[in-house]
Amino acid sequence: MNIPGSITTLLIGILLTVTSIWYGQNHGLMPVEASEEAVLIDGLFNTMMTIGTGLFLIVQGTLIYSLFKFRRRPGDDTDGPYIEGNIPLEILWTSIPAVIVLIIAVYSFEVYNSIGGLNPMDHSVAHGHSTQQIANMPGAAIAATLPEETTAPQPENLDNATGDRSPAVEEAVTQDPATAAVRDQSLPQRKDSSAMGSTAPRIGPTPGNVGKPPDYVINATGLQFAWLFTYPDTGIVAGELHVPVGKEILLNISANDVLHAFWVPEYRLKQDAIPGKQTELRFTPSKVGEYPVICAELCGAYHGVMKTKVIAQTQDDFDAWLKEQQVASNPNDLKQTVAVNPANQAPDEFLAPFIQDLGIDRAIVQQLHSQHAHSSAS
Amino acid sequence: MTQTLQEEATNTPAHGATEGKREWLKYISFSTDHKVIGIQYLVTSFIFYLVGGFLATLVRTELATPQSDFVSPDLYNGLFTVHATVMIFLWIVPAATGAFGNYLIPLLIGARDMAFPKLNAVAFWMIPPGGILLMSSFFFGAPGSGWTSYPPLSLVYNKVGEAIWILSVLILGTSSILGAVNFIVTILKMRAPGMVLNSMPLFCWAMLAASCLILLGTPVLAGALILLGFDLIVGTAFFNPTGGGDPVVYQHMFWFYSHPAVYIMILPVFGLISEILPVHSRKPIFGYKAIAYSSFAISFLGLIVWAHHMFTSGTPPWLRMFFMINTMIIAVPTGIKVFSWLATIWGGKLRLNSAMLFAMGFISMFVIGGISGVMVAAVPFDIHVHDTYFIVAHLHYVLFGGSVFGLYAGIYHWFPKMSGRMMNETLGRVHFILTLVGFNLCFLPMHKLGLEGMNRRIAEYDPKFATLNLVCSIGAYLLAVSTFPFIFNALWSIFKGEKAPSNPWGGLTFEWQTTSPPPHENFAIDPMLLIAPYEYGTEKAKEIIQAGPFLATAAATEA
Repeated sequence: MNIPGSITTLLIGILLTVTSIWYGQNHGLMPVEASEEAVLIDGLFNTMMTIGTGLFLIVQGTLIYSLFKFRRRPGDDTDGPYIEGNIPLEILWTSIPAVIVLIIAVYSFEVYNSIGGLNPMDHSVAHGHSTQQIANMPGAAIAATLPEETTAPQPENLDNATGDRSPAVEEAVTQDPATAAVRDQSLPQRKDSSAMGSTAPRIGPTPGNVGKPPDYVINATGLQFAWLFTYPDTGIVAGELHVPVGKEILLNISANDVLHAFWVPEYRLKQDAIPGKQTELRFTPSKVGEYPVICAELCGAYHGVMKTKVIAQTQDDFDAWLKEQQVASNPNDLKQTVAVNPANQAPDEFLAPFIQDLGIDRAIVQQLHSQHAHSSAS
Repeated sequence: MTQTLQEEATNTPAHGATEGKREWLKYISFSTDHKVIGIQYLVTSFIFYLVGGFLATLVRTELATPQSDFVSPDLYNGLFTVHATVMIFLWIVPAATGAFGNYLIPLLIGARDMAFPKLNAVAFWMIPPGGILLMSSFFFGAPGSGWTSYPPLSLVYNKVGEAIWILSVLILGTSSILGAVNFIVTILKMRAPGMVLNSMPLFCWAMLAASCLILLGTPVLAGALILLGFDLIVGTAFFNPTGGGDPVVYQHMFWFYSHPAVYIMILPVFGLISEILPVHSRKPIFGYKAIAYSSFAISFLGLIVWAHHMFTSGTPPWLRMFFMINTMIIAVPTGIKVFSWLATIWGGKLRLNSAMLFAMGFISMFVIGGISGVMVAAVPFDIHVHDTYFIVAHLHYVLFGGSVFGLYAGIYHWFPKMSGRMMNETLGRVHFILTLVGFNLCFLPMHKLGLEGMNRRIAEYDPKFATLNLVCSIGAYLLAVSTFPFIFNALWSIFKGEKAPSNPWGGLTFEWQTTSPPPHENFAIDPMLLIAPYEYGTEKAKEIIQAGPFLATAAATEA
């Protein structure tokens, strides 16, 4: 075997390490980090990129070196050396990857915990079990109590007088009239079973915020092919997501028809919207700006145009926007909206107020008509 | 060595001279000869590869510009759905298990045929109807819900196409199960005297591991698809949320098969690479047992990682961690294989022919897919890249850079054995370089696209991604062009190629000790294991290589 001298090996090793570390930090592959979670996730990615670059260079380097160094010389028909294996070497290249993988796993676990992935029991806040805390916050409409023993999914009938709704059968988030108006209420809702310990899919509060209510609760509803954002207790329905920077946002996500996924690349966060199920995403925007909200789960022919924006504003701008929208949405209008079941409307009618915001043109929405009617029928 | 090869060419019995005229007919008949079935699988699946490639070219044409301007969005969804289904169920699975498994396993273990020849023929003859059925869906509105067919979309969108898709995949899955039973029994029960499990060629180990996965996984897919079919056709609500069904359950059932399916597609190719590298490096495989057992480690771990496809879907947090760690551990047995292959090459006398170039290209490309694979296993990172072009890049590095490069290496390596003719080396190298360049041009930029925010399965995208997408599309066209030298080479070589000696590469496994192509029932005498399969560099190896096709000629005295 042609083992390079120890000095050469050392030099190659140093060069390899330096290159990997440099590239791992300077790959420039990611968009801006616009949420507090993004910074943590990028740190993990950079580490994996560093290790990956090193491994890439070792393997490709070995292959290319062998290609030149070990190619058969013309006229040489003999066999190579008889080497069947080398147990210490094999142990080495089994244990080193095992250790590396372990490190990445522990690091991923840490990051996952830090962005709030691991708080299965912090369930009460999101779904309004601990009412006292939530009642004080802006989105107080979600605070209606939800007894834990109610599990039987029953479609609620919104045509009843709003005051008459039995809290027992409702998901807390849909008690907001504006949300109820945009969500398809005919879907039976699945809830978490606290006895089984399984919880709604979510990225929850970061460890520092466990037990605290989020600063803002916003409900996101995915439907072919648009996102609708409702701000509980304000009556605001928007096609774009407005959030204040530096505040923790809880997004309650669901879908009316098929699977969608809420994704903001600049936030590095994604969560599927599942019809008949609430999913949650809790995050803190950190940069003022406009970023794309993308549907990442195939949802039909116009999946590619199901896009909108998240508009991260300063607290003042956000408050101003909130106020402006509240004035715009007349409470009388709201009552009417509640009575309307979106499933009975053609999507172009239903979406008409939001079309401007959605950034898709009316022609497309009209094209969708037949398809949406189809899906509601079945 | 070359001299001895020429000598023996004259020894080769003139078999097939009388039946030669009608011989091609057996390739379109219900033949029970494993070699015929293997070639039937290979040719059929390669034709479907061209079909799938054509669909991919249409997809890339649509994506060459940010607007949706080439096909309708509905047809676009149909194109990528059928592209994926064809490539998986009609190209890689049948080519890796069906074609190479059937052709090679009896030859490698010294058997005269597979354990159940008729079952084998039945398994093959389910492929063409299954494939044609799938293609027919384009006349009724092709299935547009992706090859994953997640409900509720699959229950409401292009329903006729979806029903055809379900039926077709059920047929192809059944074929795959029948094949797997056959491989397991053949490998366990029909090995030549003297061949214990630990002296089997590594391809047999890989096929054994892959077949176990097929047997455990495919029935679950069938279950999922049958329930999906009920939801679709008779309106049950297993997965339909409007009736209280849970769409996430479908995802669990689907991925319980479809993640192992990745290993069904790559393990046999690992096996091929383990056969090809030692022959052309003229060195024993490095760490036989480690490679053999790591196949089983991969296959076991492969069964308990499925929910890593659902990190942004309906999985509770602790489950995400469990599947993340399992997934990452797979990197260890896979790493063992890669490092063992590198050590096999290291210090050898590499014959850089087309088979070897593709095998080395396989390692090179597969490692990129492996690295990105560990990355996407990390839950926080996967939450960002799930359902983006980063995943598209990753899966193509594994399935194209991995499986397809490996299959090409296999074709170049065993073509002389299958056809009795050599392939043209120059065209082979042109093919390799075009494939390597086209492949990387097409798929490398996709990593960046995905990280920057381009989601997958879309017909139109943000104009800021236009440049890189154009590069990808150019790469895809180059990739399409790269198949031409190969097709020309294969067709020309079958008819006009230089006659192949029985052992053109100086291999030690049984198939190289019989004629090219092997006679009916493969061997004239019952083979006995005289030498472990990778003893290159020993005196005994030299003797056996020089002995010629002694297993097929009655005059042989060696046995």
